[in-house]
Amino acid sequence: MSTKSTAAERPRIAAEPGRLALVCALAWLVPGLGHFIVGRRQKGLVFVVALPLMFLTGLWLQGRLFPLELSDPLVFLGAIANRGIGLPYLIARLMDAGAGTVTAVSYEYGNTFLMTAGLLNFLVVLDAWDVALGRK
Amino acid sequence: MTSHFWLMVLFAAFVSVVFAVLLRDTPREQVQTAGMMLGGFVAAAYVLGWLMFPFPL
Repeated sequence: MSTKSTAAERPRIAAEPGRLALVCALAWLVPGLGHFIVGRRQKGLVFVVALPLMFLTGLWLQGRLFPLELSDPLVFLGAIANRGIGLPYLIARLMDAGAGTVTAVSYEYGNTFLMTAGLLNFLVVLDAWDVALGRK
Repeated sequence: MTSHFWLMVLFAAFVSVVFAVLLRDTPREQVQTAGMMLGGFVAAAYVLGWLMFPFPL
């Protein structure tokens, strides 16, 4: 006999659209904060450490934070991925970090770390959304 | 830090940890899944790297 609860039995933590939007916005802004809000503190703690650390590693490896250029689709997609990390991205821009050094050996690695950190945070936001709706 | 191998391991570690925590609920399961994913990523990259060795771009 299965002991797993069904979606209908799980509590809906943020069923109201306004609160749900707030959870998602905060989850994007600070990686892991959405999980703290919906009561998954252990998961939130891992995300709040791992994702900004991955982003910082990308900056340390001299990766580039791409501008939103519609004329170059790949750069545009990279820019969207960069922005997925939220507050760390905004802080890096304010500090003029992320200029990127094309000649550095680790440049492509840096770009990969920066973009993947943002994309993973998008997944974390979606997970917080699911938890808030009681789907998980 | 310019070692491609260790940078790949570091990248795989970050991705494994985040995916394991997303997919599993208990810390024990998360550690097991992260370890398996990390091992899989590194082994696959190592094997693919050697398979690509005879084909220079």
